[in-house]
Amino acid sequence: MDQSKIRNFCIVAHIDHGKSTLADRIIEKTGLLTEREMQEQVLDNMDIERERGITIKAQTVRTVYKAKDGEEYILNLIDTPGHVDFNYEVSRALAACDGAILVVDAAQGIEAQTLANVYLALDHDLDVFPVINKIDLPSAEPERVIEEIEDVIGIEAQDAPLISAKNGINIEEVLEAIVAKVPAPTGDEDAPLKALIFDSLYDSYKGVIIFCRLRDGRVKKGTRIKMMATGAEADVVEVGIFGAGQFIPADELTAGMVGYITASIKNVADTAVGDTVTDAGNPCSEALPGYKKVQSMVYCGMYPADGAHYPDLRDALEKLQLNDASLHYEPETSIALGFGFRCGFLGLLHLEIIQERLEREYNLDLVTTAPGVIYHVWKTDGTMIELTNPSNLPDPSEIEYMEEPVVNAEIMVTTEFVGAIMKLCQERRGRHIDMEYTTATRVLLKYELPLNEIIYDFFDALKSRSRGYASFDYELKGYERSELVKLDILINREEVDALSFIVHKDSAYERGRKMCEKLKEEIPRHMFEVPIQAAVGGKIIARETVKAMRKDVLAKCYGGDITRKKKLLEKQKEGKKRMRQIGTVTVPQKAFMSVLKLDSE
Amino acid sequence: MISLYIHIPFCIRKCLYCDFLSFPCSSDGLKNKYIDALCNEIELTEVEDRLVGSIFIGGGTPTTLDPDQIGRILDKIREKFTLSIAIEITLECNPGTTSPENLIQLYRIGINRLSIGLQSSIDSELEALGRIHKYSDFVNTFKWAREAGFENINVDLMSALPGQSLENYKNTLTNVVKMNPEHVSAYSLIVEENTVFGGIYGDDKSVIEKLDDGILAKYKNLPLPDEDTEREMYYLTEEVLTEAGFHRYEISNYAKDGYECKHNKVYWTGGDYISFGIGASSYVKGVRYNNISNVNAYINEWNQGSRPRKDNIYCDITPLSDQDMMEEYMFVGLRLMEGISISGFYDKFGVAMRDVYGHVLEKLVSEGLIIVEEDILKLSKRGIDVSNLVLCEFLLDN
Repeated sequence: MDQSKIRNFCIVAHIDHGKSTLADRIIEKTGLLTEREMQEQVLDNMDIERERGITIKAQTVRTVYKAKDGEEYILNLIDTPGHVDFNYEVSRALAACDGAILVVDAAQGIEAQTLANVYLALDHDLDVFPVINKIDLPSAEPERVIEEIEDVIGIEAQDAPLISAKNGINIEEVLEAIVAKVPAPTGDEDAPLKALIFDSLYDSYKGVIIFCRLRDGRVKKGTRIKMMATGAEADVVEVGIFGAGQFIPADELTAGMVGYITASIKNVADTAVGDTVTDAGNPCSEALPGYKKVQSMVYCGMYPADGAHYPDLRDALEKLQLNDASLHYEPETSIALGFGFRCGFLGLLHLEIIQERLEREYNLDLVTTAPGVIYHVWKTDGTMIELTNPSNLPDPSEIEYMEEPVVNAEIMVTTEFVGAIMKLCQERRGRHIDMEYTTATRVLLKYELPLNEIIYDFFDALKSRSRGYASFDYELKGYERSELVKLDILINREEVDALSFIVHKDSAYERGRKMCEKLKEEIPRHMFEVPIQAAVGGKIIARETVKAMRKDVLAKCYGGDITRKKKLLEKQKEGKKRMRQIGTVTVPQKAFMSVLKLDSE
Repeated sequence: MISLYIHIPFCIRKCLYCDFLSFPCSSDGLKNKYIDALCNEIELTEVEDRLVGSIFIGGGTPTTLDPDQIGRILDKIREKFTLSIAIEITLECNPGTTSPENLIQLYRIGINRLSIGLQSSIDSELEALGRIHKYSDFVNTFKWAREAGFENINVDLMSALPGQSLENYKNTLTNVVKMNPEHVSAYSLIVEENTVFGGIYGDDKSVIEKLDDGILAKYKNLPLPDEDTEREMYYLTEEVLTEAGFHRYEISNYAKDGYECKHNKVYWTGGDYISFGIGASSYVKGVRYNNISNVNAYINEWNQGSRPRKDNIYCDITPLSDQDMMEEYMFVGLRLMEGISISGFYDKFGVAMRDVYGHVLEKLVSEGLIIVEEDILKLSKRGIDVSNLVLCEFLLDN
């Protein structure tokens, strides 16, 4: 394979700036698909992705482009997930590329994610060239945006193609720019095999399908391969390249190419993203840099609404994990909710996606507890436990101190909202680090924020306090010592383990009060008064009361009413079934997620 | 012995809270055709038990028919059935739709119990309900009824009305007691879907869209009493009526000794009844029948001819399982203050109540919602207040 005719690239952009649409156009213009075959967005083929308009799993497509110089080029477009939860996946996808197209919205200009992604791309030594999208919008200001790109990012933008991906304007220019500006790969075909895994997929017939970029060497059917980090070995069954939405088998993959390998591997955990594939019989001397094990950042409990469906939930999680090595789960038991699982996620979006898939694809009715982060609990005996479930917090007398994860956050916002956003960050225990004017009207705020303050509703709060203008990105900084307490909720004087959460001691009172108020709304009236209390270390800090029900009686029931009356009672009983019994109190399932909606000002 | 119910769907004007199968009708032609159909239905319905213990002619407003028309129905019933010597024949009657002469004639054709829909003695409350009468119309109707010879009269009352105060309700109760009826039915207003009140006070959006702003503004100033006031009204009813010599024998029904409504007690004790007319529901030997509710279809069906009920495609027939019957035994029977018989359950179903409902009974007794006294199971005072919560416990899982 002539490497000079290969271009491996990706598209980076802020969410909604048109990355997927541009990808569609590129595929369309290179003529691999007819218009009829074009799905609305070819790259995003999962339902949820389509609905939310975001890309979750990185996807890849190989197209053939006949350039103006008369040569045919192979363009490997490696799609990257667009959300901060999937930062590591983004970084590995970038590592598989040689160049990147930066898509910037002609009206909105640079956003926090744009910056984060560009810096990530530059970190990987990619040649980044900008494209200004949505130039046909009435509010488009390409000149200003070009200037902004040059000022803020410091890359040449004067000759950036001005395009409209949606309406197919100037797409040719982008293709020519790819050929001209993305460097061709320069691997050594004769060196030992060295390939980067940037994604993998589980297929029930083929087993794991490894998505990789070959740096050096070659691989074909029969090669015995070895994953250098996990140590797994297997015999290659098939190699091939990526059509749009299909796998096209090939004889072999050689240095510079992007393609897939199957080797009857049963577990995606063996083919971790970032790992290096080599030839087991002729291994390369060292693995590609940058591999790390993906850590779950957010944990929550997931329980079947109907305890009888526990095995179904287990099977569903097992199946999802086949495709998503970043999903962790282990069985746990809650007094309030029965048997379920403690699940670990990359972030809240990842959590929501898994939750939705369980509900939609596996038809499960779930009760999810409030998400939390991993705390480090240092005990007086010098040992440290990683706490993922608040119920497992040791007795305070055994705790020396606790640490919580902290992130470096970057928020871009227009000047008028700076005050509101700074206030929000302060409320969330943020530490102000820096403030930069990127243009006369736009500010980049840098904060250190405790992760547990941003996982629930920070993004929503940010949007609502900036009328949707603020954008946000973060990366884990590390662990810091913090004054944390466990907030317990008592319903009718019984502690409900599934409602406990860890909170900073200064926020405990406020959180406890809001939690009680919220639960008061959620819990229906009972035949008796139901006190709802928040407690820290056994001390009550807030209380609300659900008043006893005064009446629920049907005045009339004669011969003709009996059938109707029975239906009414059945409905009432059915409603009760969908609730959880805590002692003598029935609690609706959504109450367990109440903690997520506390910032509703 | 069985009971018969006759449904007369006609009225003068639909009340704003009413979700009964009824509609305004001034066409004598339609009324006559309906009575023809009713008579055909009575004649062609196959029955085994022909001894009738009670008849209830309800609506709608049956007194929008003239006494001859009602007489035709009773004649047809007498032709087909045997009436018990102690039969109770009730006719529902609304103030403003009858006259001294009509009442005399109704008494003569055999009606021996009248149920008069008063609802309230405050004219502004009647107006807010969309009733056509004033309190004075009721007073006249009641006097005429006594003069015609009626010795068993029920008065229907409603509480928890728009804008109603406890004081106003007390006035209504006092006024009723002064008239000295034999029976009082006192209901809390139920806001039903598909009624104007369902749009104003409930969340029936389909109705709200049809209402003009004037109505909405008017009722904005007439809020429904809150739960606490509603219960006060309920307790007050029992207090005032007990003092006047009534006893409560069902959640919403009060009677002087010997005047409990025989007909309604058949419903609450699981007895057999056959109903005629649109939307009417029968229960015979463990099978429930529901008639079609479209009046024209009903008339066409019965006036063209001659198919007995079991072949009647317009009738929805549901045989009840043992489980259904047990559930009904409990949740219908517990409406009666006398409660239900524990041994009666065994006699009827061949299984002990404890074996079916042991867990539920234990829980409800411990919560103080039901009371067990020897062979009797009944609702406590608190159990009445929240009876839906209690009764839904008696539904069994399939």
